[in-house]
Formats: sequence, structure tokens, C-alpha cells
Amino acid sequence: MRWLPVFKKEMRLYFGSPVAYVVSTFFLLISGWFFSQIFLYYSELSMRSFMQPQFGQNLNITENVMRPLFTNMSVVLLFFIPMLTMRLFAEEKKSGTIELLLTYPVRDGEVLAGKYLAAGAFYVLLLALTLLYPGLVGYFTRVEWGPILTGYLGLLLLGGTFLAIGIFVSSLTENQIVAGFGTFAVLLSLWVIGWGAEFAAGTLRTLLQYLSITDHMDGFSRGVIDTKDLVYYATAMGLALFLTLRSLESKRWRG
Amino acid sequence: MIQVNQLTKRYGPVTAIQDVSFSVEKGQIVGFLGPNGAGKSTTMKILACFMPASSGSARVAGYDVFSQSLEVRRRIGYLPENAPLYADLTVASYLDFVAEIKGVSRGSRKARVAEVMERCFFADMQHRMIGKLSKGYRQRVGLAQALLGDPEVLILDEPTIGLDPKQITEIRSLIRSLAGQHTVILSTHILPEVSMVCDGVIIINRGRIVAQGTESELIGQMFPTARLQVRVAGDSEDVERALRSLPGVLSVERLQSRDGAAGFIVETPRDRDVRDELVQLVLSRGWRLRELHQVGMSLEEVFIRVVAGEEADTVAEEAS
Repeated sequence: MRWLPVFKKEMRLYFGSPVAYVVSTFFLLISGWFFSQIFLYYSELSMRSFMQPQFGQNLNITENVMRPLFTNMSVVLLFFIPMLTMRLFAEEKKSGTIELLLTYPVRDGEVLAGKYLAAGAFYVLLLALTLLYPGLVGYFTRVEWGPILTGYLGLLLLGGTFLAIGIFVSSLTENQIVAGFGTFAVLLSLWVIGWGAEFAAGTLRTLLQYLSITDHMDGFSRGVIDTKDLVYYATAMGLALFLTLRSLESKRWRG
Repeated sequence: MIQVNQLTKRYGPVTAIQDVSFSVEKGQIVGFLGPNGAGKSTTMKILACFMPASSGSARVAGYDVFSQSLEVRRRIGYLPENAPLYADLTVASYLDFVAEIKGVSRGSRKARVAEVMERCFFADMQHRMIGKLSKGYRQRVGLAQALLGDPEVLILDEPTIGLDPKQITEIRSLIRSLAGQHTVILSTHILPEVSMVCDGVIIINRGRIVAQGTESELIGQMFPTARLQVRVAGDSEDVERALRSLPGVLSVERLQSRDGAAGFIVETPRDRDVRDELVQLVLSRGWRLRELHQVGMSLEEVFIRVVAGEEADTVAEEAS
């Protein structure tokens, strides 16, 4: 596999330009803000339950801090992931560098793998930085690491799917803004589509619920690994990457 | 090394090239000549496996550009028009990436990168960001990336565009030095470049090949006669008559006289040299020879005649 040079090049481009620093700074700022708010609220709740023990029966740090934090982070990612993926193919098309990249002796799949894994590696780094929050909680009190790990697994799958969709949209256009906004629009629709389930009935209701991209996160943040969710993310990722490959290959016969 | 057969490329209703056929022998440098929009870049993109032809076939180093694209791409170095490069990488890290992707082994990568930088004269720029380089330097980095991996075939789309005169000379002699081991196909619209660098010429106009061969072949085809310019001090009528009577002379054209010497253009068949006879004639008549030289037919004149001829043909077609 010749994906490694492409991977290294993309990493150099992320960290050689302000993209990596701007995205990680603001992502940490915003998720840190959410964490501190949720944590402060939780401490108030536990204070109250200390005064009135009848209210604090099922107060639980995983359930009341980490779970809402994961939900909030998945919404923040909805905004941030398009910024990571929008340039991957659109910029190469705009500047013409794709002409050189695709005439080097590498397969399209290797180019795609290099780019996807680079965006993925940056995303993993971003997530690793947020481990500070459960770490802080663990410093003050006893936490259950199991549900936290499954929560992170969920975020990985969710982010991987977002990235795959982003890279696909980027391969369709040579305009980075169109790529970024298009990705955002697709992700947003996949999120809000679940809301329609409330007013639907029968099969449609199940379908809409099943399609919602963030709903599948919920199980993971509660510590449940459901094959239904795994299958959802795996198929969505696979489909988006497969379509990207097709869109790259179409260049070879369509011109 | 390169065989192109009946290649046609259409972009929707627009036909970029039509029935283009040519071949290039191993070790040759061939210049692709044509006005802007003639289809030079399209042909090169197809040869570099960037896009497919609508019909026809092309083989590079024995492999088909469509069905064996990866094999072809292992053997070519390509410089697209305007040398598109990653602006946010430094020169050295960019070339390192290219060397790696072309499969240059880890051990020799550094040395190979240093070597191409040396050959293309920008070793002093290696730590600069590509986006901050001037056009000339970017062009040379583009050429360097094409040379990396020592490909058998080089496809260079306007390699000297944007360079200053000194750099142009350097790059031309660099390309010239590639002849023999490498097969080079380069496009240009600078005519003297072709004469200086290339072994063969392909002239393309509006998607069709209108002439191909070596420079002297083309000149021979276009201009079957040789021409001499003579200036003789003497009675112009007599001189003209005498020149016409020389064996081998096809026609004599009178030029303006200068300093009391009449000027003539003497046309002869290309294989007939009448200079010695002409000098003897002038001396034996007691005239004085002021000037005698061959009027060269350049590629430029061939090009203008071929391209203009095409245009005239279509104007005639459209009128009829």
C-alpha cells in the first residue's frame, strides 16, 4: 500500500497551515465550556441532593456528566468536521495538484486511504485531548471507565462517519466553501431527520429513527454497544468511502 | 516508446483533438507545437493517464494508457501546465513526498531529492514555502518533481514558461541533456525552443496534426527550393539576365538596390548549390560581388505557413 506518503503529506498540510491549530483550539474551547457548565450543574445537583436525600437517589456521574457531554460533543462535531474535510479533494482540484497526484503511480484507493486516515488521525488527536475532562472528574471522584470508553468508541464511529461523508462531498466539487457547507448540510439533515419520528407512525417512524446519525451515539454514551449502531456507522462510513472512490474513478473514464 | 493512434477527445460538443497519430522513438526529444488551444495539453493529459480519450489508443513504454495506467504512471514524469504544486509545503518536504510516492527507496531518497534540486538549480530554496516562490522557481520545482524517480518518459507541458532568459537557457540545456536515456515530449509555443531542444517536431492546430518530422524535413516539405541572396555592383539588367541563364536557377527576384549594387533573390532546387558558378560568373564579367548568402527557411516560416494555410482552407470552406 502506498497510502503512507499521501497520509504524511496531508498531516504536513494540516499542521503546516493554521487549520489544525484553529480547529483544535476552538473545539477544545467549546467542548471545555460545555464540560464546565455540565459539571457545575452536577455539583449543584449533588449539593441539593445532599440537603434533601429523597431527590438524589439515582445521581450518577456517568449518567449526568459524561452522557450529556458526549451528546454535546457530537453536535459540536457536526460543525467542526466539515472544516477538516472540505479541502481534502476540493483544494487539489482547484489548484490543479490533483492532476499530479492522480498521475503518480498510486491507486485511487491509496490516495483516498491516505487522506481519510490523515483526517482520522487528526480527529483521534482531537478526541484524545478531551480525555482531560473524564480525567479531571476521575481526579475528584470515582468514575466508571467502561461507559466512558464506549462513549469514546461511539464518538470515534460518529466522527469517522462524518469524515467519510465530508470527504465524499469534497470529492464532488472544486469549491471548498461548497464542500464545507454541503457536508454540513448533509450532516445536519441526518441529525434532524430523527426529529420527524415524533410525528410519524409505523414503519416510517422506525425508519426515521434509524436514520438519525446522532441517535445511534446515545447507546454508546450510556455504556451500551449495540450491533444495530455498529452496523449503522459501519455501513454509512463504507458507503460514503465507496462513493468517494467511484467519484474519483469516474474521472478516469469520464474525463 | 510512445505510440499514439487515432486519438480523439471530445468535451461534450467540443472536439479538443481529432485523429491524432504519432510515435516517438526511445531517447528522442519531440516538440509539440501549436497555437493556444490547439490541443497540446489535452494530448499530454491523455498520455499522462490523467484523463481518457474518447476514442483511439495510446501506448507509453509498451503499456496502454487506459487499461494499464498504473504501469504507464510508473514510467513517466509529468509536468502539467503551470506546474500545480502544494503552496503550504516547503520545497524539500514536497520533493520528499514525491520521491516517496514514486517509490524511491527510503535510503536513497535524500540523495535523489538533493540531486534533482541541484540539476534544476534551486538547492538554495529548499526550505522555502512553495507558495512564496516566484513563478520561475515554481516551474523548476515542477520540473524537478517530474525528474524524480528517473522515469523513462517525460511529458512536459510548457516547461520554460515563466522563466527568465538565463533560466530558459539552463532548463533547455538540462532537457537537452536528457536525450538518449529519456524520451521527452514537450509542448511549447516558442518556436526557436523546438529548433534548439528537439529532435522532431509535431505541429498541431485546432485538434489535428498538420505536420510532423524533423525540422529540416519540414522545411524541405514546405519549401522545396533553396534561396540565395546576392548583391552585385554592375548593370542590373545584365546581371539579372546572366543570373537567369545560370544552369539550375529556377527564378530570380529583384530586390532594391543599395550603394549602387543591385540585389537579387536566386531560387534553386534544394539539392543544387550554384554558389561557386555564381561567383565565377560575376568575376568573369568583371562585376563586383558585394554580398552572397543563403536565405534560411526557419521553422517559424513553416509554422506560419502551415497554420495560416489551415485557416485559409477553412475560410474557403465556410465561404463555399
